Amino acid sequence: MAFTFKKRSNLPGFGLALGYTVLYLSLIVLIPLAATFLKASALSWDQFWHIVASPRAVASYRLTFGASLIGALINLVFGVLVAWVLVRYSFPGKRLFDSLVDLPFALPTAVAGIALTTIYAPNGWLGRPLASVGIKSAYSPLGVAIALTFIGLPFVVRSVQPVLEDMDKELEEAAASLGASRWQTFSRVVLPTILPAALAGFAMAFARAIGEYGSVVFISGNMPMRTEITPLLIMTKLDQFDYAGATAIAVVMLVFSLILLLPINLLQKWSSSREEKTSALVPEEIH
Amino acid sequence: MSIEAKNISKKFGQFAALDNVSLTIPSGELVALLGPSGSGKTTLLRIIAGLEFADSGTILFDGEDTTHRTARDRRVGFVFQHYALFRHMTVFENIAFGLKVRPRSVRPSKEQIHAKVHELLGLIQLKNLSGRYPSQLSGGQRQRVALARALAVEPSVLLLDEPFGSLDAKVRLELRRWLRQLHDEVHITSVFVTHDQEEALEVSDRVAVMNEGRIEQVGSPDEVYHHPNTPFVYNFLGSVNLFHGRMDDEIPAIHEAATGDFVYVRPHLLEIQRQPNGGSNFRAVIKHINSAGPLVKVEALSEWGAPVQVEMSQEKFQDLQLAKEETVFIIPKELKVFHKAI
Amino acid sequence: MATTLPLSTRGLLPAQRVATAATGESAVVRWVLIGVAVLFLALFIFLPLAIVFSQAFAKGIGPYWASLRQPDALSAIRLTLLAAGIAVPLNLVFGVAAAWAIGKFEFFGKSLLITLIDLPFSVSPVVSGLIYVLLFGLQGVLGPWLARHNLQIIFAVPGIVLATIFVTFPFVARELIPLLQAQGQEEEEAALALGASGWQTFFRVSLPNIKWGLLYGVILCNARAMGEFGAVSVVSGHIRGRTNTMPLHVEILYNEYQFSAAFAVASLLALLALATLLVKTLVEWRARRQLAESARWDGEEQIA
Repeated sequence: MAFTFKKRSNLPGFGLALGYTVLYLSLIVLIPLAATFLKASALSWDQFWHIVASPRAVASYRLTFGASLIGALINLVFGVLVAWVLVRYSFPGKRLFDSLVDLPFALPTAVAGIALTTIYAPNGWLGRPLASVGIKSAYSPLGVAIALTFIGLPFVVRSVQPVLEDMDKELEEAAASLGASRWQTFSRVVLPTILPAALAGFAMAFARAIGEYGSVVFISGNMPMRTEITPLLIMTKLDQFDYAGATAIAVVMLVFSLILLLPINLLQKWSSSREEKTSALVPEEIH
Repeated sequence: MSIEAKNISKKFGQFAALDNVSLTIPSGELVALLGPSGSGKTTLLRIIAGLEFADSGTILFDGEDTTHRTARDRRVGFVFQHYALFRHMTVFENIAFGLKVRPRSVRPSKEQIHAKVHELLGLIQLKNLSGRYPSQLSGGQRQRVALARALAVEPSVLLLDEPFGSLDAKVRLELRRWLRQLHDEVHITSVFVTHDQEEALEVSDRVAVMNEGRIEQVGSPDEVYHHPNTPFVYNFLGSVNLFHGRMDDEIPAIHEAATGDFVYVRPHLLEIQRQPNGGSNFRAVIKHINSAGPLVKVEALSEWGAPVQVEMSQEKFQDLQLAKEETVFIIPKELKVFHKAI
Repeated sequence: MATTLPLSTRGLLPAQRVATAATGESAVVRWVLIGVAVLFLALFIFLPLAIVFSQAFAKGIGPYWASLRQPDALSAIRLTLLAAGIAVPLNLVFGVAAAWAIGKFEFFGKSLLITLIDLPFSVSPVVSGLIYVLLFGLQGVLGPWLARHNLQIIFAVPGIVLATIFVTFPFVARELIPLLQAQGQEEEEAALALGASGWQTFFRVSLPNIKWGLLYGVILCNARAMGEFGAVSVVSGHIRGRTNTMPLHVEILYNEYQFSAAFAVASLLALLALATLLVKTLVEWRARRQLAESARWDGEEQIA
């Protein structure tokens, strides 16, 4: 069978559209990325390893990864809760809350950064009461986690909401008629149904948090080995004109994002395949 | 277990779904709620199930007032129109669900659940499909699983909402017969909702014909078909010929001109003859003959211009050797007079 | 991987969302859950918003306006508008082209292309800026060539514009691709059969059908373009009055302890975010209505 690049279609404009797309993509994305890997390859493997495995770098990975995970987990639990409340209940101001869920997505990260820092600083609205019970929020890993929770908030909520809305209420009625309590219905029927969407949201929140810079860099305090996130480490190396170091760590981050991309795509595919109501029916058999 | 609905009313916004409806279902009977969309039949079923609550009226199970009990506490088996099978569970797990969610004190052991599920799988003849997921089953198979799931919790009442509505004609026929057989075996009080009059008449012990939130007539299939009480019931349960006419000295008669009343005749209760019989009859011209099928359907025009539909057996048709544009005599066998026209 | 939020037409059948008698929780459970959710949202959403505005106006309205009228602030605003003004239209054209190619045709390498378009979403903003430094910076691959021709990209406006384009370029494409895919080919084929040219078909048939998605993508693209911080921070060089965008200016003011001035500029960006959310809500509402109307129309067709 001959290899065809494109299936026959009678719509025009394919060549133009695809050509422009590939050109733009190459100029803006592919060529700069290639330059990065080119620069990185100038380093010997030993040099590369020395940079990316240095204690400071490893400490930054631990913080970035750990705080992102915590933030994403908090968003997983509370995101499902918020989605449930927004879909199933009505209360005064619900529409307002619903629209504002997207704020962390629309708000510039620097603004979020200084706002969160001011709130959780030792003399801030929440920072002071927390400090009085001995909890240091700003300038600590806790502050980083708080910022990363803020960043990821919309992802789980918006991922789960459409699934909850489309969910056939007859499923819950069936469970009730079979004697299930409300909690049993939720945990055995509703939760499995929204799980793919919730996990997809979790993965997206996690991926976003890993690379986050602006919201975190103010509240973290940026102490090396303690509250320095990986993106900041790159920034610091750049400021010191250590291009090799910055590039090496950037490559680590790039590779990690690419690795994350696959499970996220799979989760999203799983989630949207669940949404399809019925798959093709098996032809009727005579019994 | 017997069911009694007394003076049930329910409104959705401005729309009155049920208007003071009362119905008694004796224990062990299979009753059909028959009516067009919007007649309130599904609403009534859901109120009996506890999935909706009536605005006023009472529901009694075996004399006990269950009006305010939730669906969970009523122990009814409900089969949904679109099956509502749990997509993420296998056939086995779907059927076992009701048993698994019982409170610990009354929950059967794993072996007992296993045995019960297999018993039901045998009943619905799907023993070798217990590990499949609903998406891998055909519509008819899914419906049977939904039924088995409802039966697993040994309900005292089985309620089915248009159970065969979304299936092919042939599958519908098979499942209809199968449901009837099942009921004969199990003898569980059952109520099912349908808009298909053939289905209601074929399967049920009794039919409740509903229209616009009210019950028009309740009776055995024979009763409601042969002795309909209202024009709606007459028209809904079979084809109708409508003529002007009225009761002349206690005898229903067809009149050419308007009399204020109407005469209803079923097509198979009109006989075609070549000669007048001396009794009541009228002349008509044959316009169309459709002989493809178990019965022959003849369309004719009466001498005063009213359209007439007649049904007869193939034998009769062969005897008569009718042809288009022939003039014949039509003898009505059984007439019913109502004041309203449909 | 999408970290855009797709245009939502949720809630098409509001009746389905209301719990029936059998499937509702008790009032106590309901209000506790609502309370916890509201508390969570208040903590993470309302509080930051509140503090931006309270700090911005902490010294009064006069100083608020004064800090916005500082020349450095004004040039930061100008630069932000410039960067967005270039990035958004360019990404719009790209988005439409990509969505047309991907949404209406089947070809080899399509999923790879989609993954590549998503790439800027999965890359940290700092890395996004870094890749341009490595290409155009003094020590970059093209560095020497640029120096010879006296062209400066990094630490100058062009670099900022490029970085902004990179981080926002998937937005419009990601919104439009599912839309164009879902709409199928029939309308376009009908137009072509009636004698329309390719461009006419596109402008008169395809474009109107996606106008809400397009608007939505543009709004998101713009919000991100104006608010981008990390990537721009890397390429800009932080030269006051010349290569500072609004977010960078906020950072500078904050680091110099000029808190109310920093929050004053930040409040402008916050207002932009709120405006974005408002337009988003409106667009979703209109798109929902459009879908409901067409669904009703299809339904009537079937009954007739």
